[in-house]
Amino acid sequence: MTATTVTAGTVRGGLGQSVVRPDGTAKVQGSFQFSSDYTADDALWGATLRSPHPFARIVRLDVSAALRVPGVAAVITAADVPGVPTYGLISQDQPVFASDVVRFVGEPVAAVAADHPATCRQALQAIVVEYEVLEPLTDPERAVDGSVPPIHPDGNVIRHQRIVRGDQTIEGPVTVEGTYELGRQDQAFLGLEAALAVPDHDGGGVELVVATQWLHEDQKQIAACLALPAEKVRLALGGVGGAFGAREDISLQVHTCLLALRTGRPVRIAYDRHESFLGHVHRHPCTVWMRHHADHDGRIRRIEARFVFDGGAYASTSSAVLINGITHTQGPYACENATVDGWAVRTNNLPSGAMRGFGVVQACFAHESQMDKLAAACGLEPLEVRLRNAMHTGDRLITGQVVENVAPVERIIHEVAALPLPDEPVGGHDGDILRLPGGVGRTTDAAHVRRGIGYAVSIKNLMYSEGFDDYSTARVRLVDGTVHVKFATVEVGQGFVTLAQQIARTELGIEDVVLDRIDTGVGSAGSTSASRQTWMSGGAVLGACRLVRDRLLALVADREGMDAAALTIDGAEIVDSGGLLRIPVAVAAAGVDIDETFEHHHPATEDLDELGQGNCHTAFAFCAHRAVVDVDTELGLVKVVQIATSQDVGRVLNPLSVLGQVEGGIAQGLGLAVMEELLQDGGIVKNPTFTDYLLPTFLDMPPVVVSLVEEPEPHSPLGAKGVGEPPTISSTPAVVAAIRDAVGRELPRVPVRPADICL
Amino acid sequence: MSVLVPTSLDAARDALSANPSATVLAGGTDLMVEVNERRREVVDVIAVDRVAELRAWSHDPVSRTLTIGAAVTWSEIEDAPFLAWVPSLAQAARTVGSPQIRHAGTIGGNLGTCSPAGDGLPPLSALEAVVHLTGPGGERSLPFAEFMTGPKRNARAAGELITAVTVPVLRGPQGYAKVGVRNAMVIATAGVALVCDADAGGVRLALGSVGPVILRCPEAEAIVAAEADFAAGRLAEPALRAAAEAARAAARPIDDHRSTAAYRRHAVGVLTARLLRRAFPHD
Repeated sequence: MTATTVTAGTVRGGLGQSVVRPDGTAKVQGSFQFSSDYTADDALWGATLRSPHPFARIVRLDVSAALRVPGVAAVITAADVPGVPTYGLISQDQPVFASDVVRFVGEPVAAVAADHPATCRQALQAIVVEYEVLEPLTDPERAVDGSVPPIHPDGNVIRHQRIVRGDQTIEGPVTVEGTYELGRQDQAFLGLEAALAVPDHDGGGVELVVATQWLHEDQKQIAACLALPAEKVRLALGGVGGAFGAREDISLQVHTCLLALRTGRPVRIAYDRHESFLGHVHRHPCTVWMRHHADHDGRIRRIEARFVFDGGAYASTSSAVLINGITHTQGPYACENATVDGWAVRTNNLPSGAMRGFGVVQACFAHESQMDKLAAACGLEPLEVRLRNAMHTGDRLITGQVVENVAPVERIIHEVAALPLPDEPVGGHDGDILRLPGGVGRTTDAAHVRRGIGYAVSIKNLMYSEGFDDYSTARVRLVDGTVHVKFATVEVGQGFVTLAQQIARTELGIEDVVLDRIDTGVGSAGSTSASRQTWMSGGAVLGACRLVRDRLLALVADREGMDAAALTIDGAEIVDSGGLLRIPVAVAAAGVDIDETFEHHHPATEDLDELGQGNCHTAFAFCAHRAVVDVDTELGLVKVVQIATSQDVGRVLNPLSVLGQVEGGIAQGLGLAVMEELLQDGGIVKNPTFTDYLLPTFLDMPPVVVSLVEEPEPHSPLGAKGVGEPPTISSTPAVVAAIRDAVGRELPRVPVRPADICL
Repeated sequence: MSVLVPTSLDAARDALSANPSATVLAGGTDLMVEVNERRREVVDVIAVDRVAELRAWSHDPVSRTLTIGAAVTWSEIEDAPFLAWVPSLAQAARTVGSPQIRHAGTIGGNLGTCSPAGDGLPPLSALEAVVHLTGPGGERSLPFAEFMTGPKRNARAAGELITAVTVPVLRGPQGYAKVGVRNAMVIATAGVALVCDADAGGVRLALGSVGPVILRCPEAEAIVAAEADFAAGRLAEPALRAAAEAARAAARPIDDHRSTAAYRRHAVGVLTARLLRRAFPHD
């Protein structure tokens, strides 16, 4: 946008419109600068040496030969970390480089900087590491039962938490139970980890351009490892090609900065796909046992559950994932009595951490599988048992917390049921083989196919929990008719850059909104995760805009000799309640310079007590899915035919953007249901490539029909709830329920493999 | 590192003869994956995708054969006229990768890599294709069964170039089907090719991804050949079941991260039965 457009009454590109992304054209044309595209004159390449063993003692580490490789500028190990030798989001238990023991396949042991990636590879090969291989702990149950010596000084249990509420003696009369298992899903973003570190001329600091999810948290952790004050470690966001939780933790940040400071030259590191699979955390593999006690009419009386989350070698966010999982045991259903036991444990598997859904995916697969069993046991339809138990605003959770948010659970169930079913018969009207399970494999004929329909409903907490003040900051300047917005909110593709402009346009009546660089030059925005940025950073931009607006109106009132309280911005104009004044905002703002910064905080939350009681969550959103699948019952192949969804979104601020989150989240949930799993055997990673880690293709992803339920959320600054996670959460159990409906098997594990269906 | 881009067969052969350890690059859809994942170091490259002779195919109506140049792509093979002449091969071509991969990947590349999961190989085995090579010692031709010697191993000698493959144009039904965990762009966990020679009363079944090489199923083939009525398109259900069972028994699958051996064996039986039912729609 180059000129300010003034049209009476409205501002273009405001809230509620399907505004096009400011970076959309560049992304489509291939000119968008992703993190891996950043370089600098004289930049060196960095690379990382990783452990081939899941568990081993480092007996000898000799880098002298690597240092002699021509073109190598530096080789660093644990001995070269000047500050805190470990990092971590919640507890700092993960070494920058392993020094004595390696605890997972892929753990960094050393890093090199050299003139060319090929030189780096040569140098890595020249590093001598002798390992004494140890017996890895790979079964999380053995960490729970304490039968294995600690593999880390912090012990093998990362966190244990119970929830005990209500009458513990309730049994039956109807009981259903099951043990459910979820495999390890990878976030599989397309833009691989990459960063460029540029040392300050005086060597006293560093600037890092990086694809991450939370600049200030990275800054804090990096500075501690570098033994530098935070202001000497400046971060700017490199273009992010997806995140989904995998960029919450430190990966290459400290290594890149250390190499730049050591060599005095810019250093860039870029992972390839294999290294990416080893170099970031994944969704927790999890086993969930649940037993529901209910009346004959299907009403839940008590829930018992036990969760075991495999946290892998280091803690990352495991303790928070655990709390999310167990506090969502009941799902979006009323329940007075509960007995829950949850464990997050350490193993020599890949570290687990954040991924879209954050523990609730695991809980939801279990509780929704249970709801279908309960329906069957009571002779009810799947939706009927859900409606009879549906949670409402004001209900108390099993943590004792009261749900104060809009909770349209009944409505989303009714709306998802009312969405049209696919009108196509099995194989479509044209008998195209691509519409059948097996697709291009020419595997299936329509006669082998059975169709199934399944439902699932979810509740998801929004924002951070357990007393965490994950505030967000925004700075808004109105300079001579143009709005400049600055924030450290990481754009990972979700569209906050679009939304920030929309908010500013609507609040200030000015179309010309310029976004400043996303960096640590302003206060923290918190993480782009937990479905929180529309609410939190949206609230920060809104708050800063309102401060600017109030000052502008005061200025105009002063100029016109009017009462500022009588003035408002209506569309693109400033008007007064008496109807005397009507001037374009852009005209009124000519020559002004107003600068305001605002922090948005959500109400404080609490830790859980020993019995798992406490107001630990900030807010909740709800979502329902219906899946229609065609299953080749003889070969166990699945074609998802349609997904219908009704989602509680509060208020739609950008319809196109919401649809993108809904469809993308469903694709990720579908992937977990039928194909996505990073396999480990004895700690060894079996399929760290896109040849064998399968993501849904266009032929696997069905049409999605959507009903967005808009009941504005009074606690949210814009009335909107975060929409990013819910689509992923209940789509997985809906797809599995549909497969069960088609084949009549229990299918307690995801991803569902062909052999699970047909052998 | 050197990259040569010959445009004639003579130039390509001479270049490879002069540097027998050079890597031959056609579509690069296998090779570049290995290079990018650093499983393979490439020093000198001879790119053959612009060699006119290798990009050509010819149909001989007298001998009823089709000779397909090694650099002919899957996207060419998946359509007419191949679909009419060698339907099993054309169907297999359609199952390869994505449109982009099929535009780049070649039939010669499948032969050069010789992965048991190569989608083009079961049809070539069932068609009893002849593979043509040229090299320092001159030209030679090998039956497919002698060409593929193991997983990712074949009889191509150092300095030899795969030039073409000859397959018969047969009367009678054919088909290829494969199983993978995804509905497109997936490596076969099991694949089956069926080729019938109605004039000779012959039936050939070949299995991919269930053994170290592409496996033929002589017992299953004999059952169908004895029991099928080609003119009527008829195969009695018990014979069909017996043939599928024999194909199942012929598989030599392994457990790996893509599938269990048990599922692979099961899939071979199901796919064989389905291909036979498509070929002989009447019970």
